[in-house]
Amino acid sequence: MPAYTLKVNGQSRPVNVAADTPLLWVLRDHLNLVGTKYGCGIGQCGSCTVHVNGVPVRSCQTPVSTVGGTEITTIEGLSPDGSHPLQQAWCDHDVPQCGYCQAGQIMTAAALLKNNPTPTDDEIDGALAGNLCRCGTYLRIRHAVKDAATAMQKGGHK
Amino acid sequence: MSAPDSTLTRRDFIRVTSLTGGGFLLSLALPTEGSAQAAAALDDTAKTFTPGPFIKITPQNIITILAKNPETGQGVRTSLPMIVAEELDADFSKVVVEQAALRNDVGAQFAGGSRSTPDNYLLLRRAGATARAMLIEAAAQTWNVRAAELTTDKGRVFHAATGRSLTYGELATKAATLPIPDEKNVRLKSEDEFRILGGRVGGVDNHAIVTGRPLFGIDQRLPGMVYAAYEKCPVYGGRVVSANLDRIKALPGVRDAFIIEGTDNLSGLLPGVAIVADSTWAAFSAKRQLKIAWDESVGAGHSSSDYAAQAAAAAQAGGKTVRQDGDVATGMAAGKVVEAAYSYPFLNHATLEPQGCTAWAKDGGIEFWTTSQTPGSGQELVATTLNIPKDKLKLNLVRAGGGFGRRLANDYMVEAAAIALRTNGAPVKLTWTREDDMRHDCYHRPGGFHYLKGAVDATGKISAWHNHFVTFGLKNTERPSSGATLSPDELPARFIPNFRLDQTILATMVPTGPLRAPGSNGLAFVMQSFIDELAHAAGRDPVEFRLDLLGPDRVVPPSTGQRGAPYDTSRMKGVVRLAAEKSGWGGRLPKGEGRGIAFHFSHSGYVAMVAEVAVARDGTLKVRRVTAAVDVGPIINLSGAENQIQGSIIDGLGMAWLQEMTFDRGRAVQSNFHDYPLLRSTETPAMSVNFIQSRNPPTGLGEPGYPVVPPAICNAIFTATGKRIRQLPFNKTDLSWS
Repeated sequence: MPAYTLKVNGQSRPVNVAADTPLLWVLRDHLNLVGTKYGCGIGQCGSCTVHVNGVPVRSCQTPVSTVGGTEITTIEGLSPDGSHPLQQAWCDHDVPQCGYCQAGQIMTAAALLKNNPTPTDDEIDGALAGNLCRCGTYLRIRHAVKDAATAMQKGGHK
Repeated sequence: MSAPDSTLTRRDFIRVTSLTGGGFLLSLALPTEGSAQAAAALDDTAKTFTPGPFIKITPQNIITILAKNPETGQGVRTSLPMIVAEELDADFSKVVVEQAALRNDVGAQFAGGSRSTPDNYLLLRRAGATARAMLIEAAAQTWNVRAAELTTDKGRVFHAATGRSLTYGELATKAATLPIPDEKNVRLKSEDEFRILGGRVGGVDNHAIVTGRPLFGIDQRLPGMVYAAYEKCPVYGGRVVSANLDRIKALPGVRDAFIIEGTDNLSGLLPGVAIVADSTWAAFSAKRQLKIAWDESVGAGHSSSDYAAQAAAAAQAGGKTVRQDGDVATGMAAGKVVEAAYSYPFLNHATLEPQGCTAWAKDGGIEFWTTSQTPGSGQELVATTLNIPKDKLKLNLVRAGGGFGRRLANDYMVEAAAIALRTNGAPVKLTWTREDDMRHDCYHRPGGFHYLKGAVDATGKISAWHNHFVTFGLKNTERPSSGATLSPDELPARFIPNFRLDQTILATMVPTGPLRAPGSNGLAFVMQSFIDELAHAAGRDPVEFRLDLLGPDRVVPPSTGQRGAPYDTSRMKGVVRLAAEKSGWGGRLPKGEGRGIAFHFSHSGYVAMVAEVAVARDGTLKVRRVTAAVDVGPIINLSGAENQIQGSIIDGLGMAWLQEMTFDRGRAVQSNFHDYPLLRSTETPAMSVNFIQSRNPPTGLGEPGYPVVPPAICNAIFTATGKRIRQLPFNKTDLSWS
């Protein structure tokens, strides 16, 4: 198996895996970062969303061989202690039902707010249209993103 | 409710002991079996009683409450402990909630039928109130005052006269030595004393969810664990003849590959080929290299197109009459007749977390980490299929990424068990691919066909209703399969004088079972749409027409021989009126816009919804707003309750608009979310959720909202466009108008 060194959540992580292994399964099975979820394996559901160099990507569609030398951020690395305004807003709005999709939702929303700190409802829904929620929490997600955006504006969060 | 129901009179189902190292431990002694057997079994239980941690209070004042039922996203890991904490008068924000494993002393542990709340409400209240009474008594003895002078709040006992207070932790060790008070001396709170129930409480796992902590079935990890995939015959009931096992075993990362013979039980251990590997990806990759010769003969003749043709033929031939009231022919002759054929498809649960299970064979038994909604049945299935004594099967219950009824089956669990017996003692995590999950739902919502004829008379009332229901039976034409029944009492039966229901059963090999609000989830669409057709035929307002159909306030009992719940017309009319009022019903909208109403009673819940839609000339649909009115009695957790109804609206809209499982030569055609879509965020309507908190026992909310959504939407589309949706999903219907 080829050897790769990934930079995940600021740490160097060596792994030996087949070159075609999706980043998703490297994170989950080899690095024990299970917050990133498997939902469809074909880039349809967004549960596996992580940031590669700050850009949201579907880790199920991202072979490990393509992410050497990049900065990978997963839900576990979004904040040290769950204090990111999005994580806070998700709890304030009691967004989750089953909760399975929410890490992917939050990672997509975090990337949105970096590029667009004051999104409209339509912009939020549009940015998150690739993230399925089987339980149907979209309305609360929209409200939570709005609140987080406001909090980040006030708090100067980057 | 005026006084708490007192039917729960099981003798001393509560035990109290001291915690090791001091503290208070309240255990339950409720056998898992149904209440009929419970009383008889109780004496035996008492003899062999070992304390279980139902409520724990340590001297350090840590209060732990056991969450007894499986959590699948319906919120019971939060709401059931809230009920205990309410009567205990604990500070819920500081309570530690601990998930129960499958036990034999906390009563039934399952997540189904929206039963968690109604089945546990009084039990949990009594447990909490008993603990509180003992803590008060401990304080009374400590201070040498009367218990009646003491009050409690947020985990403390107060003596107002002297300004003294003690925490529950400080009282716990003493309380544990006191006799358990008689049930009749333990007063339950009245609802106006509630401090926790009825409020908004966030899910106890929320922080773990938003920080990506291991929580779900698929997140389990054990030392030395191996990873498994399992390939089954794409044709339901098919068997393995042979497979290229030697080639698979030689692939990188693969440890073993073997055939499992399996059984005939379509929701049990199906025949297939297991692959055990060093990682999930190695197992999935190897699975794609499998070449299996299947014996597909058993189900290969079944296709959706044939089903439709058979239903059409049955409609011509007529069915077997299962209910007949009054004189339908005369009723038809007396009125304006409407005829319509309705149908809805098979559905998949499509939980976002695919099925899977972690199992570890050791010490002559197996330990599981399972997302099952029916862990007791899962234990039974493994025991009988693999011939292992039940007491050797230990089940840890882990959070499920969605249930919706899929995990009432335990097929994934018995598969994991069968694989775990062949991994030389290594724990194994079985993960289904999405394609496995989509093609092997063993509890499909069955499709159905309804050939309807109805009439409205000169007074604008329904004078006759005749339905020929064409449904499915698993491998037979005599008994409808699971989830495929239509009760002869289903509304509008019992509400109109001339009524007839005929039935034809088509044999299928497609396994079916419960999916969120089983039965109701297809029937409400048909009944509430056809009632709407009759309302328009009568030239009457659809809300008024429905209120008139429901008639005077009364409780309509089930017909003789039927087992359904009594139907309280005043509660249903209440939600119909509220939904209409909150939606602005009655105002005129321009062509291309419209509102539609529907109501339905299921799982003890009374729900009405008004949908407001806008349909562009080219047929592009926008669902603007859905207004829900719901009566399930008092609300336990307002945040969770609203979430369930909002989720039901999204789920119901996605189902009605987009979702359909079809079958070709015995196999599922759809395989993933590209061809079995879920609703996306961009289609989210505005939603208004309104509860009537009537003084009735509280009932569950996971299910009753879902069936009402499709007919409300379809009735709104009719108002907007004049196009009547009679077939789901309605993305098959051209909605354009001019």
